[in-house]
Amino acid sequence: MATFIIRRLIAAILILLAATFLVYNMVAFSGDPLEDLRGSQAPNIQQLIEARIRLLNLDVPPPLRYFIWLSGIGGCFIGQCDFGFTIQQQPVVVLLEAAMGQTIQLVTISNVVAIILGIVIGITTALRQYSAYDYGITFVSFLFFSLPIFWVAVLLKEFGAIGLNDFLQDGGAISPVFIAIFTVVTGLIWASLIGGDLKRRAATFGISAVATAGVLLYMSTTGWFLDPRFRIGSADLTLVLVGGFMLAAAFGVTAILAGFKRKRPLVVGLAVAVLGIVLYVPLQYTLLNPSVFVMSIPFLLLLAVVTVLVGVGIGWLFGGEQRSQAMKVGGWVAFLSGFVIVVDRIQQVWQPYSESGRIRGRPIATIGASTPNIEGSFWVISLDTLTHLLLPSIALLLISFAGFTRYTRASLLEVLNQDYIRTARAKGLTERTVVVRHAFRNALIPIATIIAFDIAGLIGGAVITERVFGWNGMGTLFQTGLNQTDPNPVMAFFIVTGALALLFNLIADLAYAALDPRIRVS
Amino acid sequence: MTLQTQPSEPHATDAESNLELKEVEGLSQGQIVRKRFFRHIGAVTSMIVLVLVILLAFTSVGISLFGLRIPGWWQYNWNEIPPVVDGGRPSAQHPFGQDTVGHDIFAVVMRGTQQSLMIMVIVGIIGAAIGIVLGSLSGFFRGWVDSLIMRFTDVIITIPFIIAGAVIGAAFGNLGAAVLGLVLGLFSWTGLARLVRGEFLSLREREFVDAARVAGASNGRIIFKHILPNAIGVIIVNTTLLMAGAILAETALSYLGYGVRAPDTSLGLVISDNQTAFQTRPWLFWWPGLFIIIIALCINFIGDGLRDAFDPRQKRMPSERAMRRRAKVAADAAVLRGHESDDPAHAGAHGTVVDETPAEAGGPDGDEPPIVRGDDPATGR
Repeated sequence: MATFIIRRLIAAILILLAATFLVYNMVAFSGDPLEDLRGSQAPNIQQLIEARIRLLNLDVPPPLRYFIWLSGIGGCFIGQCDFGFTIQQQPVVVLLEAAMGQTIQLVTISNVVAIILGIVIGITTALRQYSAYDYGITFVSFLFFSLPIFWVAVLLKEFGAIGLNDFLQDGGAISPVFIAIFTVVTGLIWASLIGGDLKRRAATFGISAVATAGVLLYMSTTGWFLDPRFRIGSADLTLVLVGGFMLAAAFGVTAILAGFKRKRPLVVGLAVAVLGIVLYVPLQYTLLNPSVFVMSIPFLLLLAVVTVLVGVGIGWLFGGEQRSQAMKVGGWVAFLSGFVIVVDRIQQVWQPYSESGRIRGRPIATIGASTPNIEGSFWVISLDTLTHLLLPSIALLLISFAGFTRYTRASLLEVLNQDYIRTARAKGLTERTVVVRHAFRNALIPIATIIAFDIAGLIGGAVITERVFGWNGMGTLFQTGLNQTDPNPVMAFFIVTGALALLFNLIADLAYAALDPRIRVS
Repeated sequence: MTLQTQPSEPHATDAESNLELKEVEGLSQGQIVRKRFFRHIGAVTSMIVLVLVILLAFTSVGISLFGLRIPGWWQYNWNEIPPVVDGGRPSAQHPFGQDTVGHDIFAVVMRGTQQSLMIMVIVGIIGAAIGIVLGSLSGFFRGWVDSLIMRFTDVIITIPFIIAGAVIGAAFGNLGAAVLGLVLGLFSWTGLARLVRGEFLSLREREFVDAARVAGASNGRIIFKHILPNAIGVIIVNTTLLMAGAILAETALSYLGYGVRAPDTSLGLVISDNQTAFQTRPWLFWWPGLFIIIIALCINFIGDGLRDAFDPRQKRMPSERAMRRRAKVAADAAVLRGHESDDPAHAGAHGTVVDETPAEAGGPDGDEPPIVRGDDPATGR
């Protein structure tokens, strides 16, 4: 295992060296770095040109200059990174540090959401092959697949943001026409998804339509979009809603991972959910209260890990004979419960945030990665980041989500047609066991590779999205560098994306080995 | 449930394979593929639409290539500046409207479509040619040739296409669409090379290759006459997908300013130029986007149809309703013959062999019945 990883890492470094050499020379030969100065009328032009030549070593031919650049990068191994200077004489390291955070945030969020959505929808389409739902999703994913990302981004910016902001400023009341259309479409999707005979479809359609219309009407009439709290009259019933979600998570996770035939996993799931409900109120006054505790992203991640471990621990303690299943259920329910609590905490700052003087009731942002000079608690800053991330992430994830849906569907269908699935059914296993344990795990093997490869493409998409939404991220670094024939910032961008691509390739190989016991990494 | 079955009984699974056999009886591979492709409604519709778009784009504003100039039937040219009619709103005279200067957007979009189509085809041809040659050399000769070519592929694959495209575009963009397509093609072959190599690795071990070699065929003849035609499915399908990717990449590059440059035009460039006018002149924005989507969507659907057509494992699955009807017929027939009906869904199952799900083999929670035989999903064909 260790030798495999080391061998792969060495190969990756060699590949990266060759690729950076190629890109460096391509950029250096693509134009003239002194172009702006040659046309300038400044009196000290000769000095300026000489200063730039000295700063960027322009007197060295590009193939050799690459090695000067490389020795600066080599300093990273001894703690002194030197990515060189830009044409404007700024050190690239500083620019890169500022830009990287934004882009990585954007790419991570859109990728995670795209993977989850894509896999879930892909599975459901494969299980309902040749249904109206399947055909609909197939067409929609082909459509998304064919969308030019810059076009979607501009549309989202012009329609999505302005439309949503107008809607919020007008009091957040949904029009009856929209409610009617949305209700019918949701009902049809559920009816097609759950399937069965005509009577059952009609019942599914009825139930989901009533539920959807009810929720929308409630949201519309109580101004939920302006202040997303669950209230009836003056009573704040958030705890009821949060608790309901946690219990639903317990039932849902158990239904997928363990089934209800044996009691222990469900008991563990419910116990974790109840623990979450009990902890909800005390948490509001301690960890989640900004005047008591200063939250940060690393600490939040640590909390998430601890939460999952507690869930797994409860499963281990009370799992009995189904210990492994109970541990999985406990971990997932704990994670989802924690997630619900965090979402609820962010919702609490929604109203003060959108009514504040800087936002003035138009919270969906179209420019930049954060509101300039915004101040507030961790939760306000997080919400601000999220409102800025919303539209670019949607633009990015639409396209990769379409790909994931197609791949998951194809891969799962391929597996479901295998003999061992027929055998598993013939043995009398439940459909849940067949799909989750036998089919899904094997279907994941090719998907893992696709996801790893998709990261590089997603970063390319991020360059375009950043430009449309005016982000000052890595895409800007790359573009301004390229426009001025300035290899240093371009290389800073490329070395990060290239390293990420190679890293994810390695992860894909390891995931392969973890998912498929026939593959040995050595 | 009795397991006694009579051969005359139409079981679902038998019917399925009979149906499939009957369909391909006495047909050459080309005929089978064509037949399957034309059964795919989406693909056939897409092909018709694509042909119409190509005809429209090339006849309306004519062709202008390397100094050659053939006028089209449309009254305006993409670089003409007629007076602005009705504030540039779409009218009978200018069906797609006009921009602030007065350019007829229909002519501009048609020219942009031409350019995008041309770049797409050039990238497809160049990418496919390089990918096929490198992939087949790599897979056929193996050894050091293989490692050399594959390491080179790894290097190129590390550079995201849009990045390579932008850098190339910054250098060569002003030389025109054809050159741009040519250079973009040099970076688009990596995926195809890997797939072709994979096909060659398995095909070169087959008997017909040995037979050809015994008969004295040269390496070149074995590669191009014997192995390559057998890998044609993978190649065609992936070339179409490559082209769909190429058109999106080209428009994105033109949007960023690294693709086709003014005075010539491209769909991405039109969108980029008129993006700020979205509030006042939305038609400048809708039409070029619509044409990009139509072309990319058509190519993707054609690729899907080709994949279905070339896939030897592809079975035409009867719909749920057809299955049920067949099951009912079987049940009725059984009742008529006077004995209990079989459950059609299980009648064909190989109940005696218990296979193992590979992912479960090393799994910690194995509460399954004993495993009799392992099955390899990787060699499912």
